[in-house]
Amino acid sequence: MKRIVIREEYCMGCRLCEIHCLVQHSKSKEIVKAYKGEFPKALPRVLVEEQGYLSFALQCRHCEDAPCLEACMTGSLHRDAETGAVICDENKCVGCWMCIMVCPLGVIARNTEGKKAASKCDLCAGEKMPVCVQNCPNEAITFEER
Amino acid sequence: MTKTKYLIIGNSTAAVNAVEAIREKDRLGSLCLVSDEPCHTYSRPLISYYLGNKVEEEQLFYRPSSFYYLNKVQAFLGDKVVSLDCANKQVVLDDRTGIQYEKLLLATGGAPFVPEMPGQNLSGVFTFTTLDDAQQVKKFIASHQVKKAVVVGGGLIGLKVTEALLALDIQVTIVELADRILSATFDRTASRIIERALKGIGCACLTNSTVKEIREGEPGRVGSVVLKDGTQVDCQLVIVAIGVRPRVDLAREAGISVNRGILVDEHLKTSVDDIYAAGDAVEAYDLIAQAARPIAILPTAARQGKIAGYNMAGAPKAYEGGIPMNSVELAGVPTISVGLTDPSTLADGERRNGMEVIQDYREKDSVYKKIVLEDNRIVGIILVNKIDRAGIYTGLIKDKIDIASFREYLLKDDFGLLSLPREYRKHMVTGQGIEI
Repeated sequence: MKRIVIREEYCMGCRLCEIHCLVQHSKSKEIVKAYKGEFPKALPRVLVEEQGYLSFALQCRHCEDAPCLEACMTGSLHRDAETGAVICDENKCVGCWMCIMVCPLGVIARNTEGKKAASKCDLCAGEKMPVCVQNCPNEAITFEER
Repeated sequence: MTKTKYLIIGNSTAAVNAVEAIREKDRLGSLCLVSDEPCHTYSRPLISYYLGNKVEEEQLFYRPSSFYYLNKVQAFLGDKVVSLDCANKQVVLDDRTGIQYEKLLLATGGAPFVPEMPGQNLSGVFTFTTLDDAQQVKKFIASHQVKKAVVVGGGLIGLKVTEALLALDIQVTIVELADRILSATFDRTASRIIERALKGIGCACLTNSTVKEIREGEPGRVGSVVLKDGTQVDCQLVIVAIGVRPRVDLAREAGISVNRGILVDEHLKTSVDDIYAAGDAVEAYDLIAQAARPIAILPTAARQGKIAGYNMAGAPKAYEGGIPMNSVELAGVPTISVGLTDPSTLADGERRNGMEVIQDYREKDSVYKKIVLEDNRIVGIILVNKIDRAGIYTGLIKDKIDIASFREYLLKDDFGLLSLPREYRKHMVTGQGIEI
């Protein structure tokens, strides 16, 4: 399947990926509304970790043997048959946070504004390329068949 | 006589994951599934959400309604297996249907334990493990104007029921035998935080206590309970949630080796060839206790079901062992506990050297983080109110990573992959050829 490849040596820690991700997953897909006018406010599904000169953007790896799929008690986490991505049906999710308990990368976030639901990377379903990759100015994340 | 290649007894987490694993390896082999519950596969933990009106009945389903059809499963729902004949590889259902199998999976789950007490047969006394239980309780509440309830047992099920009842504006008293609630999964500090939060939303917790007798109020119905110290608590509803035990009767009667749960080897095969077992009914390897133990939690049931399914379908895979863990939000306080959370509760024979605890307790904000170490490896955690990225610790427990080089970062709020040794981080993210 096509995956996001992380290249930490190129990451500048600009966090543009986080911003584009949040906007992409908002209702309006407009930056001002996404940040200031929507409830519940979308969360970025990519996380930039940073310490001194080292930084990298991290999002769900869509693991082959994904522990979150086994821990999900509602069945809201499932694998998309076409893209292979691990997707959360946020309507079905009740926010028990079992997935957070088992994800070894810590890339599932709690959305607690409005209805509680797990928030995670969906590889921007419907887009040719995830927006974090599209908008990374330094190719610190790329989208490749692996 | 029906003949099938695969037969699964059970219809919950372990059974469903076994179906999916079998179908991953074998698209066509005939597959039958038998369950004494008459409904489509549902999520057991969700029944308390259903009782509290947080989810609708149709949201309870663990898999879409097309599940059996798409996976070519012949499902016998509402049928009980009355006997298992290992020598002739067949089972008999309560309507006398016989099913002959090549490979069998016992995913019979757990059954609630109810101690003998006078009055336990009165109307208004329930256990709480199945959808049917939840529907009965719901119906009872609606038709009897329940104002007060007693929940016997301050474990996870008891507390989730409590939360649901409180959401229905019912006054709840929890009666717990131990000196604190959640004594099996938490330490004293974490129990106290949750106890305080529950009291904050109007729930009474009576610890060091037990129900001696349930007394009749209106004819045939619950009116009160009497505790061991003689106190009487008025109530119209009693939920007994003391604990769940592996359902092993069928296996035992068939001559399969059983201890507390059904015994299995590393491929989740029982003592009898071609018969496998998974989920709450089994006693499989526990990575923390370093011995076989029943771990009645959903992720373990899913994992075991999957592994058993692969093995049944002729794709050998070993079970790596389970870790007890729970994520539960009570009274608005999210908590996660994994592994060994309180070394002080270990029995003498279980105590091991080299154990230490590091923790951060911010009493004012009810934030609590505790990490239990053994020889520089994490063996348990408790997180209260700050649970984000908890799985990173779980991964470190599972992979038995030496934390000496990053110990100082463990309790920090921004603890992340960056704090981990570069090699390990690389390994985690490279799993499928992805470099970091």
